[in-house]
Amino acid sequence: MDLLTPELGLFFWTLIAFLAVFFILRKFAWQPILSSLGDREKGIADSIATAERVKGEMSQLKAENEKLLAQAREERTTMLKEAKEMKDRIINEAKEQAKTEANKIIVDAQQQIQQQKMAAMTEVKNEIGSLAVEVAGRILRQQLNAKDGQEMYMKMLADDIKLN
Amino acid sequence: MIFELKTHNFAQNFGVVMTCKRLFSLLILVLGLLGNSKLCLAQAEEHAATAPVEGAEAHGHEEKKGINITELVFGHVSDSHEWHLFSLKNAEGHEHAVAMSLPMIVYQPGKGLSVFSSSVFGEQHEWRKEADGKAISQTYNGLYIEKHMKEKLLAEDGSAVYDFSITKNVLSMLVGVVLLLWTMTSAAGKYKGKSMMAPKGFQNFVEVVVVFLRDEVVKPNLGHKYKAYMPLLLTIFFFIWINNLLGLLPGGANFTGNIAVTACLALITFIVMMASSNSHFWSHLLNPPNVPFLVKCLLVLIEVMSLIIKPVALMIRLFANMLAGHIVILSVICLIFIFALLNVYVGGGFVVISLAFSIFMFMLELLVAVIQAFIFTTLTCVFIGQAMEGDHSHDDGHGHKEAVAH
Repeated sequence: MDLLTPELGLFFWTLIAFLAVFFILRKFAWQPILSSLGDREKGIADSIATAERVKGEMSQLKAENEKLLAQAREERTTMLKEAKEMKDRIINEAKEQAKTEANKIIVDAQQQIQQQKMAAMTEVKNEIGSLAVEVAGRILRQQLNAKDGQEMYMKMLADDIKLN
Repeated sequence: MIFELKTHNFAQNFGVVMTCKRLFSLLILVLGLLGNSKLCLAQAEEHAATAPVEGAEAHGHEEKKGINITELVFGHVSDSHEWHLFSLKNAEGHEHAVAMSLPMIVYQPGKGLSVFSSSVFGEQHEWRKEADGKAISQTYNGLYIEKHMKEKLLAEDGSAVYDFSITKNVLSMLVGVVLLLWTMTSAAGKYKGKSMMAPKGFQNFVEVVVVFLRDEVVKPNLGHKYKAYMPLLLTIFFFIWINNLLGLLPGGANFTGNIAVTACLALITFIVMMASSNSHFWSHLLNPPNVPFLVKCLLVLIEVMSLIIKPVALMIRLFANMLAGHIVILSVICLIFIFALLNVYVGGGFVVISLAFSIFMFMLELLVAVIQAFIFTTLTCVFIGQAMEGDHSHDDGHGHKEAVAH
């Protein structure tokens, strides 16, 4: 049983040494190691969380960019369409205007032509009238130079009156 | 139950050794220890086969040539006031021990404290042998050492002597302590200011162990209060481990295989367990709910006993495992000399078997060194966890006061 009876001296020194080791290591080894491990674990967790967040933000940003791009594209299309429409409208308007102008000019021209024509006709008529009167005058003078000519004419005038 | 059986076996084995002091009984002891430490049966059979031959033959030679295996083995595993390295024989055949004398620190009531070297007691092999196997050293200042299974410092006049000497085990422990402090603080120093860096070298090793203990042992058992207990459990683990390993070195001391050491560690465990117990634990222990009166009496008795048995089991487990390992290795080595006494060539031939077996045992002991440290730490953690079971943060302070009161 010798081996099973503890010696006081060894017990005492073990207790002292163990407690000393415990207090020294707690202060200078375990606390720094454990706190560093804790820090590192927290740091890694934080980094992962940050990465996740940044990833989320990135995807959000990307989505926003895409949205913006799509919007811009759409706007461009709209603008192009509008521009085209405007161009067409302007051209059409111009055409319309030109047509109207042209028609007006043509109408004016026709009117003028008509007027001129009428004027010319009137002039020709007048000319022809005066010519006819002159010819008739001369013929009458010729005929009326003789007596029977005068009588005949008077008869004729009288016929005209009778007929009327 | 297992615990009782174990100690019973042990006590029986030691009793046999002490009364008979014969080789055969040593082999029984080895077998018993092998059985205790649950080693494989094949090795035990090997021993059993060789046992009768050795018992019959070696016993006769042992007396003549003066190799006392029991003394040799127990001289190695027990504590000593000098650090014996090896013995040399000079030209005249005179034996001379190469040993380191260690400081003696002795307290005698009335005489006070005295400090001197252990060399004052003379060389151990010159100590006076008595008929009952005891060796008595030279007397110094009214003190002498009586060595049987282990050394005892006694006073001639029979007065009380308190021996606080720096023995072989204490010195071995101090070496372990210095190593532990140096390695752990240097590993901790590497964390300074760069906790986000990946660990390197020895720091990596320490970190693996620390993280393993924290995540696999302490956290599951202690829950959210684990942080307060980490330093203690880490110290227990590394303290036991490094001293287990130092004990395995050739010429090393059997520090963790000494009952005083394991008793000290178990006492610390017990104190911490009591200090962290809460009212919930004590109320369940002293007044188990929903149990008939008679059963309750029995249960309380068993529970109170279990409180004591827990640390005692811790104490015996570590002690027995380390001691058994040392004895097995030494016994296997000693087989060479036993066979050499029988016949030099047989002894020479047995070197191969003996070495192979002792190398195997050594590997096993390396494993046992860490396993026992781990088991001690884990069980300490489990016991503390049981003592603060059902604890909620709101009755924290209350629980502590309660524990102190008890």
